[in-house]
Amino acid sequence: MGVLDIFLLEALINGVLLGGVLALLSLGLNLVFGVIDVVWICYAELIMLGMYGMYFLYVVYHVPIGLAAVVCIVGVGILGVILHVVVIAPLLGAAPINQLLATGGVLFFLQSAATVLFGIEFRNLGLRLPVLKLSELFISYSRLLAFGAALIGMVLVYLFLTRTYTGTAIRAIAQDRQIMILMGVDSRRIYVITSALGGGLAGLAACLLVLQYDVHPFVGLSFGPITFLICVLGGLGNFAGGFVAAFVFAELISLGGLYLDLEWGYVFAFVFFIVMMFVRPEGLLARRS
Amino acid sequence: MRRSLPWIAGAALIGLPFVYHAPYPLHILIIILIWSFAYTSWSMMGRFGLVSLGHGGFMGIGAYVTALSWNHVGLTPWVGIPLALLAGGVLAVLVAYPCFRFRITGHYFALVTLALSGIVLQVITATRDQTGGSLGYTPERYRGGSSLYALQFSGKATWYLIALAVWAAGLYAWHRVDRSMTRYALEAISEDEDGAAAAGVHVTAEKLKITVLSAMMTALAGALYCQYQMFISPDTVSGIAISLQMVFAVVVGGIYVSLGPTVGAVITILLAEVLRISFGTRAVGWDNLVYGVLLVVFIVFLPKGILGSLLELRRRPRGPAAC
Repeated sequence: MGVLDIFLLEALINGVLLGGVLALLSLGLNLVFGVIDVVWICYAELIMLGMYGMYFLYVVYHVPIGLAAVVCIVGVGILGVILHVVVIAPLLGAAPINQLLATGGVLFFLQSAATVLFGIEFRNLGLRLPVLKLSELFISYSRLLAFGAALIGMVLVYLFLTRTYTGTAIRAIAQDRQIMILMGVDSRRIYVITSALGGGLAGLAACLLVLQYDVHPFVGLSFGPITFLICVLGGLGNFAGGFVAAFVFAELISLGGLYLDLEWGYVFAFVFFIVMMFVRPEGLLARRS
Repeated sequence: MRRSLPWIAGAALIGLPFVYHAPYPLHILIIILIWSFAYTSWSMMGRFGLVSLGHGGFMGIGAYVTALSWNHVGLTPWVGIPLALLAGGVLAVLVAYPCFRFRITGHYFALVTLALSGIVLQVITATRDQTGGSLGYTPERYRGGSSLYALQFSGKATWYLIALAVWAAGLYAWHRVDRSMTRYALEAISEDEDGAAAAGVHVTAEKLKITVLSAMMTALAGALYCQYQMFISPDTVSGIAISLQMVFAVVVGGIYVSLGPTVGAVITILLAEVLRISFGTRAVGWDNLVYGVLLVVFIVFLPKGILGSLLELRRRPRGPAAC
């Protein structure tokens, strides 16, 4: 194999693995987006808090990493519920843009609260997972782990939504939020459950991201916007679409980064997003009606 | 008395630098005026429900086109700024026309424009050989001193008057739109697009007009910021953070009143400065903390913003408030 081919293959594989991370990131947001019809602009900041939680539990208080992950997932889930009850619930009837902006205010709040409490230093777990070496290819275990977790997470969420009573109610609310109240579904309860689930998925993403990236108060800005674009590109609440979109985005970024600079990879991904919005505004995998 | 109030206030604002010229307060005033103008530009379309998160992009285009054409081509800002406005306008048409044509509204419009500001930021960073990338960029000094040709002035008073004039022009544009048929058309569109179209409003054209105007004004704000500060970086004039900052300041000040964005700029900039002066480096983060809480509280309890709510309070005793 020529040298270029190795690099190309490695970029392709890294793209797939990055896609796993992005898919995991967009999973929780997609759920909240699809069911409550609210954009949590501060979603990436919840993940940031989860990453700090992992850091403090594991590095400072020496909690075993498995237990720390569980605490972190539950903790961010609770944050999701608090966010919903305090900020979103009073605004459910307001203009959509006000909901967007209120969660934007939460974004500023969480970011600066983290700055004030934790300082702006970069922190990491000090944990280096080994790198898998396949002849001449290098693949990081932490990315493989995130990829696997994204797949499992998606399957679990899918099973929950299709196989349980509560899951069915959630899908029904997402389809028609007026009628379902008349059918005896307590929409407030469903929203709280969805928020907890969305928060929990953010916590899961945090546990896996902290293995690969340093945490600092502004870490959310580096992947937050991409996460929204993936959700919209895939079609709101369409999990399979979000998954495909995450991989398309990741390959664009990875291949753009290989041939030019990483920034151009992002430019391609953003341009692709805008063009696709015009071509398929309902999302990549939308059924033609 | 009520009619003459704006004239008295205007005269006081013009006269200010001749009486009082401490550099620091003047600097703060200039910054407030430039950002007020940018926020007013955003609110021109924001008040009709066209929430753009791409204005950071337009501002970045304005600043960088002006600076690049001065440094690399040697074009005076008197040519460079119109070029920058043109570039901002063209970009606005390129993104907004398909958006409006394919009826991308609400959340979707906000997210498409969000991608736009992401693109501008990344392109500026990626072309670091020309733009200096994330390290920032400085327009070259023209033979050291002040020059009308290079639009570079060392005195703060000159800049104050320029910023004041541009800001006033922005308010004038706001009022022109407010008095025009365009306003009624856009209000109808924001209520119900199909209804407006059925009533004979050319939906796409009306939206496109206000978007291009708003984008060009924002580009002008970027160019002005660049000429005044003589230093720009992708993070201070473009990108998603700047776009969000614009939206938030306008919401805090009041989105539906002409001076709302200005009030928003005064509050946010003074808050940041006061915290910075009184707490120094310990204040890192505190300004945004207060700001974030304020924003949530405002949107939940005072969706019309500070000025909007105050005006409504004043109006209320005289009879039912007109919406």
